[in-house]
Amino acid sequence: MTAATWRKIAIATAVHIAFVAFWWLAVILGDVPEYILPTPWLALKTLGEPNFNWVFHFTATAQEIFGGYILAVVVGVAFAMFFTWSARLDAALMPLLVTLNMIPKVAMAPLFIVWLRFGIQTNIVITFTICFFPILLNTARGLREVEPDLLDLVRALNGSRWQIFSKIQLPGALPYVFSGMKVATVLAVAGAIVGEFIQSDRGLGWFMLVTQEALNTDAMVMALMLVTLIGVVLYGSVILLERIFVVQDARVE
Amino acid sequence: MAESFISLTDVRKVYRTRREEIEAIQNISIEVQAGELVSIVGPSGCGKSTLLKILAGLHPHDGGEVRIGSAAEPFDPSRDVGMVFQQPLLLKWRRILENVLLPAEILGLPMKQSRERARDLLAMVGLAGFETNYPYQLSGGMQQRAAIARALVHDPKLILMDEPFGALDALTREKMNLELMQIWRESRKTILFVTHGIQEAVFLGSHVAVMTARPARLAEYMTIDLPEKRDLAIKTQENFGEYTRRIYKLLDMD
Ligand SMILES: Nc1ncnc2c1ncn2[C@@H]1O[C@H](COP(=O)(O)OP(=O)(O)OP(=O)(O)O)[C@@H](O)[C@H]1O
Ligand SMILES: [Mg+2]
Repeated sequence: MTAATWRKIAIATAVHIAFVAFWWLAVILGDVPEYILPTPWLALKTLGEPNFNWVFHFTATAQEIFGGYILAVVVGVAFAMFFTWSARLDAALMPLLVTLNMIPKVAMAPLFIVWLRFGIQTNIVITFTICFFPILLNTARGLREVEPDLLDLVRALNGSRWQIFSKIQLPGALPYVFSGMKVATVLAVAGAIVGEFIQSDRGLGWFMLVTQEALNTDAMVMALMLVTLIGVVLYGSVILLERIFVVQDARVE
Repeated sequence: MAESFISLTDVRKVYRTRREEIEAIQNISIEVQAGELVSIVGPSGCGKSTLLKILAGLHPHDGGEVRIGSAAEPFDPSRDVGMVFQQPLLLKWRRILENVLLPAEILGLPMKQSRERARDLLAMVGLAGFETNYPYQLSGGMQQRAAIARALVHDPKLILMDEPFGALDALTREKMNLELMQIWRESRKTILFVTHGIQEAVFLGSHVAVMTARPARLAEYMTIDLPEKRDLAIKTQENFGEYTRRIYKLLDMD
């Protein structure tokens, strides 16, 4: 890594620490009551409380987020490929998908719970539904965006459809796949939590509702931080994969 | 005269869109000998790219006859075409060497030899040492050189160039002209070279095909009677000026 990269990392870390310090100071100097906003330390201390079953809830939510997200990546990319493969399928189904995309996916959650009963699987489905569209639409766009002249170059050599797909379209679409995946990370976290909010018996979202009743704000804040942590890990993994697989110049922000 | 390498007889091309029929090419007849470099000039939108696409076997023509290859120089339409466009169109995610190898991969040529050939070609176009760079690390002119190497890697008999230097600055362009001249003389490929640069057309061409505005017809097929080995000094020669003036006149630009 270059000195510039280190600098960036150092600055980012410093800003994060400053943010936590600001929170801490604000609570203390503002004399904020604990049930409104605890200090970071108080929130952190709730991790030591065995009754809270942190590991159990954390694992449940992480499963929902990662499960739904990975499923959306696999199915979304696969669908996009089908569409690119068949112009007819694309013409027939793309408009429908654009319409379906307009459905507020969060509002589908209660229906899913009616259909599938509540549970981790249902929340995976909810997360999947939210993440699916941006990944599909971005990937489809990437697969479509091929230089016509480049196609000519390959076709002049009797290149097969598969060669065009595997050598030009797919690697060319990769930056777009990642762009969709990055958008979907935020949605994945929201999707899982919404599912847990509506009906559930586990997970950090559910846990927040329970602790809210007892006005255990410190535990709620801790749960929120853990959800965020899952999101950050997810986003970080996507960025890492992008760095590995996409050449710097081709990355889409 | 020996059988020509490319023989176009009354070639016609009509594009049919839903609303109209566009006659892009109207009765073009050209004979190109193997190993010639023929420049094609004509007003924008007249049908130059269309002509190249017909020759590349990408578009069917609607009338007349297109024959490529001769007994002495047989032509395999599925592998003997190399193309260069105005944009380099390198694959961003491939290193330069891998980019040059694309045609060889598509044709399923033996990779080891192709790799060696690609290296040689990169050296020939002045890109030795850049094999493992990514396209974005190269200037526009360097990228276009790589694109030329890519067009040559499968050793095609016919190279189709569609305004290959159109996006380059004047200085780089002159340099690329000299290099193309060199490449052409060494490789003895038949090259069709579409350009908007009239000086360039005369400087490079064994012949210049001047086309009329749409629908494209051949206004004149000029033979450029200049020495085979050309350098920039030739541009000050008297007949060079005559050729360019004649083309301007044919294009109604004098
Ligand atoms: N695929 C197509 N479908 C319909 N019309 C087309 C198509 N390709 C080209 N044309 C039309 O045919 C005519 C000739 O186009 P062509 O691209 O061959 O011109 P050109 O001489 O290469 O122009 P330029 O110098 O601007 O590149 C134009 O009027 C263009 O609009
Ligand atoms: Mg053109």
